[in-house]
Amino acid sequence: MKKRGNLILVFGMISAFLWSATAFGLSDVFKNNIYNPGLLKPTDSVLKVKVGDSAPDFSLPAVSGGRISLGKYRGKKNVVLSFVPAAWTPVCSDQWPGYNIVEDIFDKNNAILLGITVDNIPTLFAWTNQMGKLWFPILSDFWPHGAVADRYGVLRSDGLSERAIFVIDKKGIIRYIGVGDINKRPRLEILVKELERLEK
Amino acid sequence: MNNKMKGIPITVAIVVISLTLLHGLVFGSNLPPVKGDVLPEIKIPVPVNATDRSYLRLKNSGFFKIPQIKTKVVIIEIFSMYCPHCQREAPEVNRLYSIIEDSPDLKDKIKLIGIGAGNSTFEVEVFKKKYTVPFPLFPDEDFSIHKYFGEVRTPYFLGVKINDDGTHQVFYSKLGEFKGAEPFLDLMLQLSGLK
Repeated sequence: MKKRGNLILVFGMISAFLWSATAFGLSDVFKNNIYNPGLLKPTDSVLKVKVGDSAPDFSLPAVSGGRISLGKYRGKKNVVLSFVPAAWTPVCSDQWPGYNIVEDIFDKNNAILLGITVDNIPTLFAWTNQMGKLWFPILSDFWPHGAVADRYGVLRSDGLSERAIFVIDKKGIIRYIGVGDINKRPRLEILVKELERLEK
Repeated sequence: MNNKMKGIPITVAIVVISLTLLHGLVFGSNLPPVKGDVLPEIKIPVPVNATDRSYLRLKNSGFFKIPQIKTKVVIIEIFSMYCPHCQREAPEVNRLYSIIEDSPDLKDKIKLIGIGAGNSTFEVEVFKKKYTVPFPLFPDEDFSIHKYFGEVRTPYFLGVKINDDGTHQVFYSKLGEFKGAEPFLDLMLQLSGLK
């Protein structure tokens, strides 16, 4: 028992050491309002769709009001779904503000970005207000909890979503899936490269 | 206390000391520089861009250390293209650069650089293009420089005075937005002793 206790203690200290080595470069815009959940398991779900599949349709409430369905873009625009795990957490808070300064890249590739989390609308409202005016819709996959994330296979066992990107072409076909380490922000250039491959 | 129990505090102490030493060796002190400090030994690739090289008066290739920039004062902005404050104040920081460059008395004495915490080369270029940033920006994709600077939030400004004998000291180290190009420049001139 004591050996096990010692092992747990040592493991805990090593985990704390590794966590302290994880950097975010977090913006001061959020001051001290960011909750640090610690180092999470990099991925914790199994995809239910694959590249080449027809993207499952959905309709979700938007922070700006009303509902937005994926289907409304069919035949008109390429769509990028950006799932981020949770509002008010370190990496997520510094992901969409970057996308907010590259509207021109999305326009050039006839693409719209839909930001999605499993948080409720009031939480998303308060959080995204800190980011400034976002040019893209923010959707809440709160109820039924994480249903859209689950349909795509990116709902984690703790109810968060993965940090995932789906690129869907104008015909509604999934052309790229990126489910990365939840603790790291995906490189912008990967998304841009995928957008540039699409038919405009 | 039996012998096994006595061993527990020793094990814990060894683990704590080892991790602390290892952390210091691998990641630096994790504290931002303070007034009077010297900068950590950071080597940055010399810019490929000739304009940036000329601005910093650096040789054509290899790596450089910030105190090797041929000037009296270097202002360092730790920024990120993902940081809303950095985005909002980019035009004002550009104006700071212009005021300095337009002054015959200051242009050779103060240089401005930016380090993109966690930003790739592509991401830094996006920021540079979006805000037409005229001074050199350097990517820090793996946060290695950011770790040396104590993993500060962004934007973070550092002022470094470079002495005639080649030594240097940090004279300013602060988180947050500055309130305008003129008052910030005035503060830098006062704190560095240039004024």
